[in-house]
Amino acid sequence: MKLHDPLTRYVVRLGDDALIMGHRLSEWMSRAPFLEEDIALSNVALDFVGRARLFYQYAADLMGGEVTENTFAYQRDVRDFTNLLLCELPRGDFAFTLCRQFLYDAYSLPFTQALCKSADSQLAAIAAKAEKESRYHLRRSRDWMLRLGDGTAESHERCQNALDQLWIYTDEMFECDALLDGLIATGVAVNTASLRSEWLDTVTETLHAATLVIPEAQGGVTGGREGIHTDDLGFLLAEMQFMQRAYPGLQW
Amino acid sequence: MSDQLQLYEVFIRSSRGLDHKHVGSLHADDAHQALEYARDVYTRRGEGISIWVVASRDITASQESDCDSFYDPLDDKPYRHAAMYELPEGIDSL
Repeated sequence: MKLHDPLTRYVVRLGDDALIMGHRLSEWMSRAPFLEEDIALSNVALDFVGRARLFYQYAADLMGGEVTENTFAYQRDVRDFTNLLLCELPRGDFAFTLCRQFLYDAYSLPFTQALCKSADSQLAAIAAKAEKESRYHLRRSRDWMLRLGDGTAESHERCQNALDQLWIYTDEMFECDALLDGLIATGVAVNTASLRSEWLDTVTETLHAATLVIPEAQGGVTGGREGIHTDDLGFLLAEMQFMQRAYPGLQW
Repeated sequence: MSDQLQLYEVFIRSSRGLDHKHVGSLHADDAHQALEYARDVYTRRGEGISIWVVASRDITASQESDCDSFYDPLDDKPYRHAAMYELPEGIDSL
């Protein structure tokens, strides 16, 4: 599936981030450390899947014809997905999932706040809803950083290990490309590069309070926006798309 | 985090209610976390606009064995109910 219209590509890109993040979180259902956290994680997963639907529905409207939200979720191959690599990394242990979530939430809140001011009214409306969710997500994941980082020796070590592994994937959030440059010029897209200092402030403050160390690793891994993914996304899609691929148009 | 989670009782005030009502209990590491879990566990469908959490261990409860001394003596004191008063005309209920 090749998309050409810049706005559609941008909307699908945002939908991909949300869907893949939501799916990774949903993998914790019935596996979280205890019942209350299981429900809380599932709530966040549902927020992201709901967000993906809003973006995909808008993209489907833009494309017209037979395309629906399901087309984007279930009928595209791995190279067509343009989510951040950060979102697709396997869920790892609980510390890894919550560290990823914190690093992403600290980006997602200023991002949705900025998107509220988009020249595209539909995107601004979706962002207004997402921003409230992101505010709660960040509050939750930041809280977990403090608990795990400043917790037991083991939780601290697992948290620091997770951060060290995740750090090289954070650059991609602030990457600009030709598509973004064009849409930033017309006031539609968020200039993500400009969010970096706010993100770093949040992350620095929280990690410091959590007695964790900011990794020194430089030079980020990117490629997700061009459809160059880790092997793991293929496995995720195989599981997520199986039913619709085996029984196209299936409903229940 | 401590090794043992604490039990908390959750009270929620609905948007149309005046008082907080007990809705259930949950486990959390501290009161702050209990409040967030209460939001996730008990207000998923927009049930409330205000939440209280109270550590269950802080509640002092009457025991069933107290029933005899607590409640039975009230059986023969119907005058403590307001049911004896005649309502003036024009007042349907108090």
